[in-house]
Amino acid sequence: MIRYALGRLTSLVISLIVASIVIFAVIEVIPGDPAAFMLGINARPDTIAALRAEMGLDQPLITRYLDWITGMLRGDFGQSWTYKTPVAELIADRIWVSLPLAIFALTLSTLVAFPAGIYAASRRGGAGDVTIMGATQLGVAIPNFWFAMILVLIFAINLRWFSAGGFPGWDNPLQAIKSLTLPAIALALPQAAILARVMRSSLLDMLGEDFIRTARAKGLSARQALWRHAVRNALIPVLTIIGLQFSFLLAGGIIIEQVFFLPGLGRLIFQSISARDLIVVESVVMLLVFTVIMVNFIVDLAYAAVDPRLRTKS
Amino acid sequence: MNRNLIIGTALTVLFIALAALSFLWTPADIETLDIPNRLQTPNATNWLGTDHFGRDILSMIMMGARTSIAVALLAVGIGMALGIPLGLLAAARHGSFLDELIMRGNDLVFAFPSLVIAILITAVFGASAVNAIIAIGIFNIPVFARLTRGAALPLWERDFILTARVCGKSATRISIEHILPNITNLMIVQGTIQFSLGILAEAALSYIGLGAQPPTASWGRMLADAQTLVSIAPHVALVPGFAILLMVLGLNLMGDGLRDWLDPRIRIART
Amino acid sequence: MSLLAIKDLSLSIGNTRILHKVGLDIQAGEIVAITGESGSGKSMTAMAVMGLLPRGSVAKGEIMLNGTDILQTTESDLCTMRGNMMGIVFQEPMTALNPVQTIGAQVAETILIHEKTTKANAHKRAAAMLERVGLSVPPSRYPHELSGGQRQRVVIAMAIALRPKLLIADEPTTALDVTTQARILDLLRDLVREFDMGLLLITHDLAVVADVADKIAVMQNGCVVESGATKHLFAHMQHPYTKALFAASAHTVSLPETPASSPILQVRNVARDYPISRKAFLGPRPKFRALHDISFQINAGERVGLVGESGCGKSTLTRAILGLEDVQEGQITLDGDPVFSDKRPNLAVRRKMQVVFQDPFSSFNPRHRVDRLITEPFHLLPSPPTGQARANAIAKALTDVGLSPADAGKYIHEFSGGQRQRIAIARALIIAPELIIFDEAVSALDVSVRAQVLDLIADLCRKRPLAYLFISHDLSVVRTVTDRVMVMQAGKIVEQGETETVFTQPQHPYTQTLIAAAPKLPDLGQRG
Repeated sequence: MIRYALGRLTSLVISLIVASIVIFAVIEVIPGDPAAFMLGINARPDTIAALRAEMGLDQPLITRYLDWITGMLRGDFGQSWTYKTPVAELIADRIWVSLPLAIFALTLSTLVAFPAGIYAASRRGGAGDVTIMGATQLGVAIPNFWFAMILVLIFAINLRWFSAGGFPGWDNPLQAIKSLTLPAIALALPQAAILARVMRSSLLDMLGEDFIRTARAKGLSARQALWRHAVRNALIPVLTIIGLQFSFLLAGGIIIEQVFFLPGLGRLIFQSISARDLIVVESVVMLLVFTVIMVNFIVDLAYAAVDPRLRTKS
Repeated sequence: MNRNLIIGTALTVLFIALAALSFLWTPADIETLDIPNRLQTPNATNWLGTDHFGRDILSMIMMGARTSIAVALLAVGIGMALGIPLGLLAAARHGSFLDELIMRGNDLVFAFPSLVIAILITAVFGASAVNAIIAIGIFNIPVFARLTRGAALPLWERDFILTARVCGKSATRISIEHILPNITNLMIVQGTIQFSLGILAEAALSYIGLGAQPPTASWGRMLADAQTLVSIAPHVALVPGFAILLMVLGLNLMGDGLRDWLDPRIRIART
Repeated sequence: MSLLAIKDLSLSIGNTRILHKVGLDIQAGEIVAITGESGSGKSMTAMAVMGLLPRGSVAKGEIMLNGTDILQTTESDLCTMRGNMMGIVFQEPMTALNPVQTIGAQVAETILIHEKTTKANAHKRAAAMLERVGLSVPPSRYPHELSGGQRQRVVIAMAIALRPKLLIADEPTTALDVTTQARILDLLRDLVREFDMGLLLITHDLAVVADVADKIAVMQNGCVVESGATKHLFAHMQHPYTKALFAASAHTVSLPETPASSPILQVRNVARDYPISRKAFLGPRPKFRALHDISFQINAGERVGLVGESGCGKSTLTRAILGLEDVQEGQITLDGDPVFSDKRPNLAVRRKMQVVFQDPFSSFNPRHRVDRLITEPFHLLPSPPTGQARANAIAKALTDVGLSPADAGKYIHEFSGGQRQRIAIARALIIAPELIIFDEAVSALDVSVRAQVLDLIADLCRKRPLAYLFISHDLSVVRTVTDRVMVMQAGKIVEQGETETVFTQPQHPYTQTLIAAAPKLPDLGQRG
């Protein structure tokens, strides 16, 4: 188990290093002179020089890269050029919208998908299965941002149950959760549809396995065999999908934030792109990628918890 | 033939036909604005109504279908052209350093959702349809590489591959002659699914302004424009949404149908 | 009253008739065997007794178990009976256990599901039962940590944890090695005596039947064609199918004399190492030696057998001889040329060697036609025949193995298992190699088909001098088709010599164990 975890940890660190090099290269090397790029063609030479100095562009690449990395490790993400505030502060404000949204959506998606998938698999070919599979077929095809607009049209504009957008802050947790509800539903639905389909097909695979027949031969009913033996084995492929989905939820959240005017990382990143504030873009992208890689690491550890073959694999 | 395949193919062919037709003819010219005639609900002249500039929505949908299909198809092309050879190579050199390198590289790309790639590219090069193609295409590479490797590995264990090796055939030759024909069906099915995901991704990117730029029509852009009008003229938002929904649904049904028709044992990865 | 009485059991799925008026009786403490070839309906009879028929099957007749008709019992009542009144052991122990649960928990589950008892008590009884079936590992182990034989013991423990009145064993030893098979059969026999159970044993292997069963039912195409007490039935076979089955199982071929000749394949002091996983994180990779100091030779036209149990290194040796993998020590030469040189397989040498594999279903690319399949070895020739010459070669190869030249245009799925093995042999023969390796080439075939393929091999030997290495776990087959035999154990050749001598006077203790463990058909005086 420890060896397995160490192995995954090594590959986590390597992934992070390579990912950071890629991001650094795209943002700071490909544009040539990032300072001139950020200020645009009409900038005065002395302004560019000032920015160059501030960004430390006179340093060699390797020094700049190491400064960036060590800075981030200390929590120093640099200074935003447009906002004139530390990037860390900008992120800290916004991550409390984006992260809760992603977690909220993941919870919703799992809570809907697991029962739906298990129910459909246990009633294979029946009316319930056909209905659920039809619904997931639609769910997979709906663009989440469009679904979000429909939700706004129905629940905010017509029924007035929710506000159409905006975020009141966490001072009032109930209101905060309420304002994240529609976005989370919009984000969760297509993912829930995918997850339910994966859960169902993974369960059906397991139900065809010999050990299910063995369980039935012991005297377990079809339902008992499903719950006691198939579900846990079916979780192994499902976990992979949940891990991948987290990155989609995080990225999808950036889009959904646009629909609901939520002050999250998405807003920050788009404002920074239009303002050509590369420093902010670089750090936010690194943060997103870091989160995805961390989540996949956690999924790898969860595998070992579910599957004893990984724990003792020699 | 099964029902999924028929409905799916019909929907897909419909949209491809609409896109093809737009090269020759559209009900109206979408370059000219007709502000007085704006936000018309569907009627005899404008079958699907008009948008906030008075442009014919059906014509916009036809032009948008072109963008969607072109972007998604090219992205699938990139994914297949690079992903399949990488997957074949990894499988042929299973367990080697090269295999490990390819697989770790795949994992790494999976850590960059296509939206993040699009953000990176746009931040440096500005937004365009080409960016969308590259961003979605890059994300497709590991999808095909993993699938190819996963399907090729059990084939490499089969005795007919051993026989081919006994007959002195090289790994490259075996990959092309024996492995590839046996995974074609799988690739066609997955290609359909990635095509549908490409349509969704293109719509999302152009919705947030990272995809095709005006005046090029795109479904995502239409939805972005419609967002503030949703309370006064819902059809402006509903029509492009249904276009995306039906096209994606058609491709997915076609993919499922193809899978059942070609080989029921194929598993597709959909994420 | 019989423990189990099956009367007029008929079963169909859709329009396909699976069973027709099957009748069978088992008394407590009795071992009854059902035997027959694949598709005869053996396993389906077992599943019917368990009440575990596949969806859509329609059963008629009567299956009385201890006075209850299984076919008239509701599903929930069947659940109370399964594992309690009757238990079953399946063929494939590798997949029969849940990979994410400990073996103790899986055995305890049988107890917990049927009895109101504490978890601790159930686990205690499960541990005792695992010990009773001769398992030497603790109940906290997971299935993947156990060998096939050990896993089969767990499955047996699970089936008999509540001492059911009837135990069904569906090909319980088919996936196991011959020595393990003998031990599992011994265990089953002991358990029947001790618990006074009825045992319904399903097996395709007549020799196993003859060794352990009190009564036999022979099945063909869903019907019981003949049944009776074992000794009596073997002595007075009535039905032609029973006779044919027995003849095929005892089938022997007569090989022509070996021509006196010089060695072609020479294997000298060969060792093969595989790297295995690191013991410590980032530590050195340890090696596993799969072959130790292997030396032997095969002469032109000589037929040599290689026997041993799974994991003994047979496959590794095959791969080394074929030049698919390099060896770490020693050398393998064919006609004096090394099969592997400068880190590359030697194509000039490979031309003289071909192989026939076990599985007739995975040996062919399903997307190619027969002509393309069997001409694949032409790739080894410097100038492969084309046009008419190629067509002639294909026609000759197919005719040689008893197929028609017209078969060249068909796909492989149009052929039966036996025909596929013929095609595999045609492919091996098409470039007239000096040596053919038969790697378990008849192991996946039904006995009657196996007999035909063995006849074909003997026939080919008569037509032209053919040297081969015949690798098999089946001692009786090796005995009939080889002149000389080698016995392998744990990567070493422990004994080699004239086939008849080795079989009648085995010297090495391992050879003696192997031969003693192999189930034997009763000698009826007249063979075949």
